[in-house]
Amino acid sequence: MLTKRIIPCLDIKDGRTVKGVNFVDLRDAGDPVELASAYAEQGADELVFLDISATQEQRKTFASLVKDIARHINIPFTVGGGISSVEDVAPLLEAGADKVSINSSAVRNPQLINELSKAFGAQCIVLAIDVRKIDNTWIVHTHGGKNPTDKKLFTWAKEGQDRGAGEILFTSMDHDGTKNGFAIDPLSKLHELLTIPIIASGGAGSMGHFADVFAFAKADAALAASVFHFGEISIPELKEFLKNHNIPVRL
Amino acid sequence: MKVILLKYNAGNIQSVSYALERLGADFEITDNVEKILSADKVIFPGVGEASTTMASLKSKKLDQVIRNLKQPVLGICLGMQLMCKHSEENNTACLGIFDEVVKKFEASKEFKVPHMGWNNLILTNSWPEKTLENSSVYFVHSYYVPVNQFTTAVSDYIVPFSAAMKKDNFYAVQFHPEKSAQAGEQILKSFLDI
Repeated sequence: MLTKRIIPCLDIKDGRTVKGVNFVDLRDAGDPVELASAYAEQGADELVFLDISATQEQRKTFASLVKDIARHINIPFTVGGGISSVEDVAPLLEAGADKVSINSSAVRNPQLINELSKAFGAQCIVLAIDVRKIDNTWIVHTHGGKNPTDKKLFTWAKEGQDRGAGEILFTSMDHDGTKNGFAIDPLSKLHELLTIPIIASGGAGSMGHFADVFAFAKADAALAASVFHFGEISIPELKEFLKNHNIPVRL
Repeated sequence: MKVILLKYNAGNIQSVSYALERLGADFEITDNVEKILSADKVIFPGVGEASTTMASLKSKKLDQVIRNLKQPVLGICLGMQLMCKHSEENNTACLGIFDEVVKKFEASKEFKVPHMGWNNLILTNSWPEKTLENSSVYFVHSYYVPVNQFTTAVSDYIVPFSAAMKKDNFYAVQFHPEKSAQAGEQILKSFLDI
């Protein structure tokens, strides 16, 4: 039986993990490779690395980091941040990344989804969609949720699938950081609408929130950062909890 | 022992090479026919689309080479599909080592396609070894090989399908051992130990 995936997300700047990480037994919590290996050991199903570097110089560091990650970890991982062309993606996949995620650049240029899907296959193209609810409508935002666009969540997600995205990474910026649970309603509607897998993100605060997003929103995977980085939720305990709630997980 | 990792336009060559590195295997990535023929083991990776990948193999004349190999050969993911007779993916004629047809998964809201993530193995033969019974491995694919006389492990998604196959010196897995944590490492190691 296909299991639900648990995905820790690491923000990277200048080759280092950014958010304060308070993780047991790490010599260097700022070292993405060491943190990633620890998550893989604990039973994380996949990892996501987001490059939030501001400069070209820092981006070069990221490409060599991807190679280092691929050398050391034995589970799949996605990289994202600042990808806007086929030329940006090729070196990341060649370095050993399994998938790339695109966000603002796809909103600006939707044809990018078609181009990447054709060049590398749908299975490695993750369309990340950040949304906020404005006047009762889920509106797509760019730049970390700062800038509203003219796109609506459901039409954009469907368009992304039709253009060749292999997976949707949904983040509710209204829920992100609140630790009050995932946005169950729009995620359920996405599940009804799409035939590609959906990763839920934004709002994880307790193990029950993960159970809810799998049981009620039928998400294929759930992504979180701080609850894992600060050790508030441990992955082995989370998986045991989910198993006890009849959610299929890899133990 | 010399292991050859076939060099052509497959997407996961780097990941497979890192996995072999972690296992301490002595291997070389090459499309040199003489080297391939004299290798002790050959690994045939694969990520991509069937027709362009077959075309890439043919342009290097590797299609004939692979078919006629006598040493143990391991096909991975698309590599396994291309070892079959035919694929529904762009109606592609494949290598024909396994006399089977590769079919497309029918997507629905209940069953998303690609089949992406960790699924368990039900073993039906002596390879992969018994200690891997029910272990989870990582899959990413939209096409599958139905269960057949060569199937040695089954996984279930929409329909039961071939997760692993074996015929004479040809071994094949639909999942990615190079991305399947300890279980994957065990399978790669068991192939290297044959």
